[in-house]
Amino acid sequence: MRRSVVFLLVLLILGPALLFAGGRQEAAEEPSGDLKGEVEVLHWWTSGGEAAAVEVLKELLEAEGHTWVDFAVAGGGGDAAMTALRSRAVAGNPPTAAQVKGPQIQDWAAEGFLTNLDPVAEAQGWDNVIPEVLADVMKYEGHYVAVPVNVHRINWMWVNPDVFEAAGAEIPTTWEEFEEAAEKIEAAGYIPVAWGGQDWQEATVFETILAGVGGTDFYVETMVDADPEAIDSPKMIEVLETLRMVHGYTDPGAPGRDWNMATSMVIEGDAAMQFMGDWAKGEFVAADQKADEDYIAASAPQTAHQFLFNVDSFIMFEVDDPADKAAQRAMARLIIEPEFQEVFNTYKGSIPVRMDMDDEPFDIPAKKSMRDFAASADSGDLVPSMAHEMAVDRAVRGAILDTITTFVNSPNISPREGAKMLADAVRGAAR
Amino acid sequence: MLVLVPSFVVMIVFFYGFILWTVLISFTNSRMLPHFNFVGLTQYITLFTQQPRWLIAMRNLLVFGGLFIGASIILGLFLAILLDQRIRGERLLQTLYLYPMALSFIVTGTIWKWILNPSLGIERLVQQLGFSDFTFRWLVDPKMAIYTIVIAAAWQSTGYIMSLFLAGLRSIDSSIPEAAQVDGASLPRIYWSILIPMLRPVFMSSVVILTHLAIKAFDLVVVLTQGGPGISTDMPATFMYDFSFKYDRLALGAASSVVMLVMVMIIIVPYLISELRGTRNAQN
Repeated sequence: MRRSVVFLLVLLILGPALLFAGGRQEAAEEPSGDLKGEVEVLHWWTSGGEAAAVEVLKELLEAEGHTWVDFAVAGGGGDAAMTALRSRAVAGNPPTAAQVKGPQIQDWAAEGFLTNLDPVAEAQGWDNVIPEVLADVMKYEGHYVAVPVNVHRINWMWVNPDVFEAAGAEIPTTWEEFEEAAEKIEAAGYIPVAWGGQDWQEATVFETILAGVGGTDFYVETMVDADPEAIDSPKMIEVLETLRMVHGYTDPGAPGRDWNMATSMVIEGDAAMQFMGDWAKGEFVAADQKADEDYIAASAPQTAHQFLFNVDSFIMFEVDDPADKAAQRAMARLIIEPEFQEVFNTYKGSIPVRMDMDDEPFDIPAKKSMRDFAASADSGDLVPSMAHEMAVDRAVRGAILDTITTFVNSPNISPREGAKMLADAVRGAAR
Repeated sequence: MLVLVPSFVVMIVFFYGFILWTVLISFTNSRMLPHFNFVGLTQYITLFTQQPRWLIAMRNLLVFGGLFIGASIILGLFLAILLDQRIRGERLLQTLYLYPMALSFIVTGTIWKWILNPSLGIERLVQQLGFSDFTFRWLVDPKMAIYTIVIAAAWQSTGYIMSLFLAGLRSIDSSIPEAAQVDGASLPRIYWSILIPMLRPVFMSSVVILTHLAIKAFDLVVVLTQGGPGISTDMPATFMYDFSFKYDRLALGAASSVVMLVMVMIIIVPYLISELRGTRNAQN
């Protein structure tokens, strides 16, 4: 009995292998469409809308006959997942795809782990639908090694219009107007700015102010090229002065506060506004708030023409098995297809990476985001976010975050000293 | 002997093996992934000359370690002496004082974060009682935040140290204080000149236990202040985690953990030597 079971198993395992053994040589070159393989996907989309969004991709892939092996690692904003990925890669056993973004894509490609996705990109015409700045992040030495999934905009200002009305203030479009409005709001007994006192949140406000006050070119020089000379400049001093001014309109309970707690201060009407990326929208939706009625999503002062982007992406590792390679390529193709882009991004609250899509199924803030995305891609004001790991490598980003949070929380450091500290920190962290 | 072999191998590989690996990595220029391009002491020099954050972490460790160990021992000893008076309900009190030890630092940190938060805790409570000018903002003040960690950590560990001292006091032969009493010594004098000096081994154990807790302090800081406001309450352990796992500077993180290991060894090794010598003398 037992022997026959073993025999059957051997037959089941070896049978297909023997059948494929002949065709294997050509298959390794270019996987054909009818091979059904397996993808193991490392990600940290484990909560609420994110989990539902990733489920969509799984279903689409399984509908084509491939197998999805979920490798979800929650916690630490992806730090735990990255640690898991590093140990798997060092052990020579990386997953098929992993949620990795920004300059880290280049790091993984430089280590020689990633596969070339150009065949999929050419067949689907990625270069025609994805803005060039964004595509560059996905490429290593001119070849696609990662697939962009969604686009978040960073430079948003989430406004409670009732608080503004009660205080007799106007929604600001410049930092000067902001100061006027904040004075009125404070005098009326509200907290002008809902502030989350964590390093990445402070860096989010910092880069938003920097883009507005310094302009797009200055943003690219300081936050993308991380040029210490440009950082230690009068313009940066002006940026830090503005940051200090804005921080003056927050409440004493801010240090350590989570971003969603800050958002709920705006929802509850305790605070007038928050500077945060468009994931904050999810909190308003969950609280049954209507866009343009109960809350207003406006671009942050002086950044109406700019778009700081935060893009999630999957890097694809080199795999040997032709069936698995076929599954991997199917995954890359499905991610870019309009069907997935629409469903995923309506779940996640972000916008599609393709610029050729109908905005009908999306909500009001997302529609505005899509318009600004296309416009900024044309005008050259589409730039990667530093705070969200899109612009500089993690060592430089860490140095900037440490310096900015120190500056924000130490009133005795002048903006002039702050600019110098920032330049020194960036110099020290560069390779 | 043969039964111990597996556990021995596991310990050698996973404990000492990884210590050795960390030391090796600290001499390389590894960033995201470990590589073996050796660069000598570069990471250690960077750590002490170009990383203001590391110097803040070291200073915080000194302030936190000193105050935490001092406060836990003084308060613990004081409580132990009070409980030593054979009062009614001693068992209950002892359990009450010991209970914080049953909590993890995560829970302790969360509780104290709420108590010390200006818009939730003590400040708000006292203001609602009518003292509207009252402020207590240590948690959100970069200069004072490190002391909130001392308060939370001492709150948690004092009961444990108290139990150690109480056990020490109870193990002293009662004829000794009785004899002193017959000679006319006052109670404070008996404690100060006779009993406390006899507790020397308990002091030693307490210092060792509390020191390694202080150097490894991580969870409490992460929960209570997240190293903030700014980086004002950063500790060597949080520095190591950020640089190794968030900032892709593996070698620098490894160097910082080697420095931490050396600090622990400086404290533990002399203690172990004196302990071992002590037992050998006792056996002789």
